[in-house]
Amino acid sequence: MIADDKDVLRDVWFGRIPTCFTLYQDEVTEREAEPFYLLLPRVSYLTLVTDKVKKHFLKVMKAEDVEEIWFEYEGTPLKWHYPIGLLFDLHASNTSLPWSITVHFKNFPERDLLHCPCNSVIEAHFMSSIKEADALKHKSQVINDMQKKDHKQLWMGLQNDKFDQFWAINRKLMEYPTEEGGFRYIPFRIYLTMSDRPFIQKLFRPISPDGHTHTLGDLLKEVYPVAIANEAKRYQVVIHGIEPLLETPLQWLSEHLSHPDNFLHISVIPAPSD
Amino acid sequence: MPVSLLWAVDVYGRVFSLSTGGQQWEHCCDAVLEFKRLTAVQQCCWGIACDHHIYLNVHASDVPIRYQEEAYENQRWNPVDNFSDRLLPSDRWQWSDITGLEHKPLDGFLLPSTNWEWEGDWYIDENFGGEPTEKGGWTYAIDFPATYTIDKKWNSCVRRRRWIRYRRYKATDTWAKIPSEGQSGPLPDPFNDISCGGWEISEEPRGRLSLWAVSLQGKVWFRGGIHHHTPEGMSWEEVSLPGEVVQISCGPGDLVWAVLWEGQLIVREGITRDCPQGSSWVVVDSPNPEVGTIHVAVGVSVVWAVTKDNKVWFRRGINSHNPCGSGWIGMVGEMVMISVGLNDQVWAISREDRAVYFRQGVTSTELSGKAWKAVSVPRDGDIRPNSSTSTSSLHSAGCFFSGEVRAQSVMSEDSDTEADPQRAVHEVGASVSSPPSEVTPGDAEAKSPPPALVLSPSQSGGPGDPQWSTVDLEEAQTHLAVGPAAGRGDSSDTCSLSSVVTCMLGLEGLYGPDDHPLWAWVSGGGCAVDCHTQLNWFNSVTALTSSIQAMSLSVSPAQTAAWRKQIFEQLNERSKREIDNFKHYEQAIEQSVWVKKGTMQWWRDWKPHKWVDVRFALEQFSGPEGHKDGIVFLYYNFNEEKKYLHAFINEVTILVPVLNDSKHTFAIYTAERTKQRWPIKLAAATEMEMHDWLALLSVSCCDSRGIQGPPSKQAIWSITCKGDIFVSEPWPSLEACPYPTPCDQMFWRQVGGHLRLVECNSVGVVWGLGYDHTAWVYTGGYGGGFFQGLASSTDNIFTQTDVKSVYIYENQRWNPVTGYTSRGLPTDRYMWSDATGLHECTKASTKPPSPHWTWVTEWAVDYGVSGGTDREGWQYAADFPTSYHGYKTLKDFVRRRRWARKCKLTTTGPWQEVPPIPLSDVTILPCGDQSVVEQIPLWAISNKGDVLCRLGVTLLTPAGTSWLHVGTDQPFKSISIGGASQVWAIARDGSAFYRGSVSTQNPAGDCWYHIPSPARQKLKQVSVGRTSVYTVDENGTEMFPRYYSFARLSVYVFNVALSVQVWIIADKVQGSHSLSCGTVCHRLGVQPMEPKGQAWDYGIGGGWDHITVRGNNIEAPRVRMPSLTDALRPPDISPKCCPLVVFDLQ
Repeated sequence: MIADDKDVLRDVWFGRIPTCFTLYQDEVTEREAEPFYLLLPRVSYLTLVTDKVKKHFLKVMKAEDVEEIWFEYEGTPLKWHYPIGLLFDLHASNTSLPWSITVHFKNFPERDLLHCPCNSVIEAHFMSSIKEADALKHKSQVINDMQKKDHKQLWMGLQNDKFDQFWAINRKLMEYPTEEGGFRYIPFRIYLTMSDRPFIQKLFRPISPDGHTHTLGDLLKEVYPVAIANEAKRYQVVIHGIEPLLETPLQWLSEHLSHPDNFLHISVIPAPSD
Repeated sequence: MPVSLLWAVDVYGRVFSLSTGGQQWEHCCDAVLEFKRLTAVQQCCWGIACDHHIYLNVHASDVPIRYQEEAYENQRWNPVDNFSDRLLPSDRWQWSDITGLEHKPLDGFLLPSTNWEWEGDWYIDENFGGEPTEKGGWTYAIDFPATYTIDKKWNSCVRRRRWIRYRRYKATDTWAKIPSEGQSGPLPDPFNDISCGGWEISEEPRGRLSLWAVSLQGKVWFRGGIHHHTPEGMSWEEVSLPGEVVQISCGPGDLVWAVLWEGQLIVREGITRDCPQGSSWVVVDSPNPEVGTIHVAVGVSVVWAVTKDNKVWFRRGINSHNPCGSGWIGMVGEMVMISVGLNDQVWAISREDRAVYFRQGVTSTELSGKAWKAVSVPRDGDIRPNSSTSTSSLHSAGCFFSGEVRAQSVMSEDSDTEADPQRAVHEVGASVSSPPSEVTPGDAEAKSPPPALVLSPSQSGGPGDPQWSTVDLEEAQTHLAVGPAAGRGDSSDTCSLSSVVTCMLGLEGLYGPDDHPLWAWVSGGGCAVDCHTQLNWFNSVTALTSSIQAMSLSVSPAQTAAWRKQIFEQLNERSKREIDNFKHYEQAIEQSVWVKKGTMQWWRDWKPHKWVDVRFALEQFSGPEGHKDGIVFLYYNFNEEKKYLHAFINEVTILVPVLNDSKHTFAIYTAERTKQRWPIKLAAATEMEMHDWLALLSVSCCDSRGIQGPPSKQAIWSITCKGDIFVSEPWPSLEACPYPTPCDQMFWRQVGGHLRLVECNSVGVVWGLGYDHTAWVYTGGYGGGFFQGLASSTDNIFTQTDVKSVYIYENQRWNPVTGYTSRGLPTDRYMWSDATGLHECTKASTKPPSPHWTWVTEWAVDYGVSGGTDREGWQYAADFPTSYHGYKTLKDFVRRRRWARKCKLTTTGPWQEVPPIPLSDVTILPCGDQSVVEQIPLWAISNKGDVLCRLGVTLLTPAGTSWLHVGTDQPFKSISIGGASQVWAIARDGSAFYRGSVSTQNPAGDCWYHIPSPARQKLKQVSVGRTSVYTVDENGTEMFPRYYSFARLSVYVFNVALSVQVWIIADKVQGSHSLSCGTVCHRLGVQPMEPKGQAWDYGIGGGWDHITVRGNNIEAPRVRMPSLTDALRPPDISPKCCPLVVFDLQ
């Protein structure tokens, strides 16, 4: 049983999703492609952790048949720039494990996905998220005070799955003046499967003007009341595969359940019908 | 920060106090008296009641105010009567004082006032200079006056003995009337104003205060002789004046300002420790020549004034050399009075709503603060004014303040609510400002139409032609621009505030008991807050409406636990669901070696020793069983050749910050390096870099040894001379016999905080004392300080402060022409130096011990030097360096005096303050397994030498509840409690005492037994085990255990199974490479039957000050059972106690 808040950070970081990668049936192969099983880190990005998958399938394919790799789950192209855990919670919660992902090497869905030619693109995306989050939390003061090598250490920590290395720097991004009781604004994004909008993002403070603590429920009430409106539970509010209680303080969530990109990614998904 | 009180009087004359930890005004106990004015200091509060008499309220303390009266009984020998009270006609009185010159019959001693009581009857003092005397307490001499001895000799013709009796001040926590007697009878007219301060002028006598008062006729009176033992003071002395005074203010130091009837101010000059009432007045003009001053308030180096139009002014340029300052600055706000408290913090009562306001943001660098913030806490509930008398007083008060009562709703909070329109309206017309360099115009209030006029500093004094100029409001305007953009948060802020206040007005009657109180006077002189203090005075939950209370329920502890528990549980379920069944899957990211690199400087191992640039790297990798390990590498160039040095992380025994003022240095020790007394010494470029490295290396070391979380209850604690705290988990093999593990292999890790001394016991109660004698109790956490994030627990870490003095010496040599000058001989020491005289230390160049420390006072002459000083603090000697004395003789050619400056450190650690008594020693009974509610005996000595016994210390409440004072006839300095509740203590004169009859039922025991010291040595420290007592004498030589076989000490059950551990800090230990001071040493072979042990084993060294092993009750593996399983036995088999000795080796 976990006892300390810091163990939550560790659990969040070391969250894994067992995944079965299968090659798309129409891809041309020289011999039959075996499925590939992997434990994917929830907090990382698909294209960052699938070198092994790519290598595995390239063994059975001709070089001329290979274009940019992309992934799809039950017909939905998976955005590599969303954290893996978010993709899973959003599209595949309440399904049986392992998560079955189809691998494509052709017909890149230009309308749905961004290209990801190399890891530096992921790094740029990751760092810009952190910077955006810090702009919300500290008017960018913390991230701007860091040195280049600190930025690098954040990225290397994520890339190499080094919890200590990452948190040695990231803790500075999670600090705030005690007299203020929290960040300026909470960096969060709320994702809805059934909406055209990719996500909701607004300015929201962790502490109300009269000094009381804002909770996850307060946030949803303000930003997306539908999620908690109905007495019959129609939606699940999922972060890192769990459903925190609505009275959980938002500041605490932001400090402990944010992804390495410093955003709190909240999925609102339809509750299973059974 | 201990809890302290803010005092205030409301318009009905009722006195209230507000605790810094509290959230409501508490009505002062004495309900009968009504007061006009109060002046509070930390230990007491003076007030003028409506009967115009002065009253004193001394706060009760666990240590009572008691005074020792003494008289000597003298006798002479004659052949007939032997020794008798028949003295010669030329002799002294039969009952006299110590000199024999004054007649002191026992019945002539009277209580000074009705506020005192006798503690008991007269009794004979049987202690003479640290040695017990024969029964009867007589000391003998050849004749009066001569040297007295304990032993009666053949030529002893006279003898005397000392009688003592204690009187105790009983009028604590109540208002005691002070008779208004001057030196020549009662004072002519009653008092109108009063101000207390001056405690920083001198530390001698203890608790000295200056009290200034103003009479109705405008005369000023000074009350002298107030100190700890005479809280009421002696008598009033009139102070001559240039005019009639209406109000006076006295700061903690030498600042005293008063307001004249005509509206000018006068400043007292010439206040020194020899002349606390000062010598002369200097007139300072009112800030505005047209509008006179009505009120002034001074602190250590600030002066605030209020003019007749209720404007507030701040005086610039006040310091100890210039008590008059240099110019006035207009401030925001309209106030009727102001009070300056400790740390120059400021309170005021506003003209508008008669609310108490606190000045936010007052720091030592920004003394004028940032903004006024209303103290909005309710009064305690039981003060409903329902009697007829209060109704009438209500009525009269209503006449005065009815207009302002209505207006109260608008003032409730004004710190930084940019968009509050109501505030804006009220602040128009309030003149603000200053040159930007003086006061940041970031005050939100300044945004309205710019009235902003500033009095130019150069012209400030001159009423003739004040030069006015506008102030740059640029910053204030950007504030305004940001306001709306900041969005929903701010606007709703305003709405909710105003709605809350309206609601209050609607619900309560105009003068309802929970209504906004109307204040007449406030005094913050005893209120210890500073810019770090968290106050709960500004957002009172109880004052808000019910809807807000309902919402605040969402953060109640029970629910907090619920959501946290839910998250923990769900994360566990998630791991089971998503990981546990799929462990055979391949990981997406392969683990690899992680390297952190940096550049540092290294103190080279070989001669000539110097700092050389090196590259430094830590390689971390996962070891075979999944636990992490690492290597540190240090790459350097030697003769153009690249070389490196390395150390395995699992061999590092300790990382020590060696911060000094020039380099950010730390040392890495391994067992081998400890033997050499030569660590790897490295210096980082910045403090932050050093802390990052230390935190990282420390985590790596703990990881490699599988250590995490808080230290165990058995942990050994130690403290370095820098105040850093280290803790080590003891191995049973340390006491193994005959082959104990050498103690240089012990692994020490740092715990946040700053202490001078630490003591623990075997059930996990740990207390520490700071350099400023503050007591701290360990909270059960770990980390703090520079350990942040992962290396630190999230709860149980608190802010900790410490204060210490830095000393430098001013040296002078006498020459026949000019007397003493600062021109020495060419061979002399520096004229400003450290104690040795070898290093130059000037006032300007001397820095605080490390960048963590900041100065909090100016340099001041230190009179408390051993050997005594003259009135200017000088000590004289024939030449440098010899012993100094406090008076000049003809042979003295040199003199020196010590200057002291206090500096303060603020850090964090798992420590919580135990207010309010400062301590100099503490000891906790090493006890075995026990229930969580059982009381644990804890004894301490206050910094004044009082012996104290802590009540209510249990596993659940390690801080205890209160002190029980244990009377002694002299101040004590060291105490220790050992097995079977034996309490031993050392008095300041070096004598040893044993406290009798201490038991669970009688935790303080009944009386002291004076134990003759071994070989008549003066003792310094004592430590008690179960069967043996170890002490250190003043020369630092160790006293090996003595067994006292007196009948009354039969509690000494000789327990054969007991293993005794003896650890010390040795002065100097020679290693193979170097020598280290302050070294932890462990006595080997100490057995119950062989308490002296056999040999010393040397552990970590280089500046260690203190160690305690009293938590370590781990039983050592026995020789007779050398099997492995035995060595690995769980530590807590049987309750054990282990004595500790700290003594110096010569």
